[in-house]
Amino acid sequence: MSKTTKKIEANLKKRYAKEKRFRAYGVVSLLISFAFLAVLLVTIFSKGLPAFQQTYIKLDIELNEKILGINKDSDEDALFSASYSKVVKNSLKEMFPGIKGRKQKRALKNLVSKSAAYDLRDKVLEKPTLLGTTQSYWFLAKDDVDVFMKGNIDRTLPESDRRIKDYQLAWIDKLMDEGRLEKRFNTVLFTEGDSREPEQAGMRGAIVGSLLTMLVTILLSFPIGVATAAYLEEFAPQNNRWVDLIEININNLAAVPSIVFGLLGLAVYINIFGVPRSTPLLGGLVLTLMTLPTIIIASRAAIKSVPPSIKEAAIGLGASRMQVLFQHTLPLAMPGILTGTIIGMAQALGETAPLLMIGMVAFVSDIPTGIFDPSTVMPVQIYLWSDSPERAFTERTSAAIMILLGFLVLMNVIAIVLRKKFEKKW
Amino acid sequence: MTELKPDIEKRSEFDIEINGTVGKPFVDNPKMSSRNCDVFYGDKQAIFDVNLDIANNEIIAMIGPSGCGKSTYLRVLNRMNDTIPICKVTGEHTLDGEDIYGKKQDPVLLRARVGMVFQKPNPFPKSIYDNVAYGARLHGLASNRSELDDVVESSLIKAGLFKEVKDDLNKPGTGLSGGQQQRLCIARAIAVDPEVILMDEPTSALDPIATALIEELMDELKENYTIAIVTHSMQQAARVSQRTAYFHLGKLVEVNETDKVFTNPEHQLTENYITGRFG
Repeated sequence: MSKTTKKIEANLKKRYAKEKRFRAYGVVSLLISFAFLAVLLVTIFSKGLPAFQQTYIKLDIELNEKILGINKDSDEDALFSASYSKVVKNSLKEMFPGIKGRKQKRALKNLVSKSAAYDLRDKVLEKPTLLGTTQSYWFLAKDDVDVFMKGNIDRTLPESDRRIKDYQLAWIDKLMDEGRLEKRFNTVLFTEGDSREPEQAGMRGAIVGSLLTMLVTILLSFPIGVATAAYLEEFAPQNNRWVDLIEININNLAAVPSIVFGLLGLAVYINIFGVPRSTPLLGGLVLTLMTLPTIIIASRAAIKSVPPSIKEAAIGLGASRMQVLFQHTLPLAMPGILTGTIIGMAQALGETAPLLMIGMVAFVSDIPTGIFDPSTVMPVQIYLWSDSPERAFTERTSAAIMILLGFLVLMNVIAIVLRKKFEKKW
Repeated sequence: MTELKPDIEKRSEFDIEINGTVGKPFVDNPKMSSRNCDVFYGDKQAIFDVNLDIANNEIIAMIGPSGCGKSTYLRVLNRMNDTIPICKVTGEHTLDGEDIYGKKQDPVLLRARVGMVFQKPNPFPKSIYDNVAYGARLHGLASNRSELDDVVESSLIKAGLFKEVKDDLNKPGTGLSGGQQQRLCIARAIAVDPEVILMDEPTSALDPIATALIEELMDELKENYTIAIVTHSMQQAARVSQRTAYFHLGKLVEVNETDKVFTNPEHQLTENYITGRFG
């Protein structure tokens, strides 16, 4: 063995050891990140999953016209404003006779959600022949009952430390014995807007608001972003000081804290242009500012990676620059452009701070029907619920996070599918 | 040029002076011609005072060592250099006596008349049919589908590819072998029915069998087209061309009949190059 070979051999051991160490570092960092992800998901899921169930109470309602304050000839207006909460209360009173004192009376009423009266009203309006009969219906239970049913209130604690008193426990036990309490899938979470009452609060307003906001954002930022990127890559003069300045500014914009965009939106869109506040239109305009740099940077990278040989071939055949751009460069760059766009959209979907500045943090219980309606978005809804004192909002906050994560996963899946679809080999 | 001189070895070709072009750069009634052509990339001059005529229906080969400017000169002829912002072309260049760098000349029309085949086969990531039909569609050469079919078929036949792909016209052009891809690119170029075809080292990425096919094809194409080919292979130049132009460090050293260049070159540098003393 020559001297050189010996030297190499001596070194070889070190080199392999180095490689082994490096791989170990990689595995360790991967495990750490997985552990964090697992902790995050486990906490969110364990807290949030119960929110997809909701306790219902079955009540026998006597639709007594006298108690309702109407008669057979009443018109629809009278039916609408009849005192349904009274019949609900009466039904509870009949079930638990001999309740004394204001406190207990109020507690009894609070077994059932306030929405019970509205449910009843809708049922009667739909079928007025029900009047005068006795019907059993399932109503939403009040949040405290729901929390207890999910085992989040410890009945062994002394009464003074519990939100549910002994007499309430007795009622609940009786209801359970009679099979009048039941946990069902929580459709309210998906069909209703926000509410101050946890059992009536849903994500629908926020989901629709988010979708409308995203729609405005993508309709504005995609064409502007791609056109900017295409111009900068294919048409702008090279080594021009203005072009350089624009490039530097775009790259800097990507690093600007998002709340600054919110302030800008407040100052420019609301104060100067008078865009209605709290609307998806305004949210979309602000988020467009935020996603534009991401889309431009990703699109430029994608356009740059299109092989010049393809462009040359088209130019050599007599294609104009526009034709080269639209027939070759953009279609080939599309997977990269779409990936960048969806990453930008996912960022925008999870963005809260700038929206706080433009009034999208307001309590909006109606579901927006257009981009000019006041609305909120999913991350702001999470923020609002996490801020609410009711115990039942804790699990709903986690459930809302799960829904938001679901949408993000969905968007990533769309990104992958689109990339696969548009990807072409050359 | 002296600063390019390597220190390790004294290389004689840098000492031989080039005073204009020797041989016969000019022909009667040329298809294309260049006078006093200089090309600059920024501050660097890539081509020095090239004067050359290209005759009708001939194959002219441009040879020379790497970086001698032969490809750059070829790209002058269909204004491909326009796409490079720092590139500046001077001198007079004509196609059928028309100034191709004139204000009236549309580069898009010029490139339809002067087609190009590149070093690396570069079919579009589309079907074989769409590749060939691209130029015809671009310039509106076919008014309906059957006319377009005819253009595609005849171009593929002329490029000697039709038999191999006639059942696979809807398959991607990128799925063909390298030699087939290059013939597809030639078919794509002739589908526009150009007058001149520029070929920039068309066989450098291909194996000898594919190369032979392309050379045969060039011989047939000569009947209808004027061809200028840049090549690194002197054997290829000798096989396919009628005239050969030898470039050296951006200057056109010698232009003569191919036989004469390879048997009895006039210039010392040409002789050094073809006898393999450098290159």
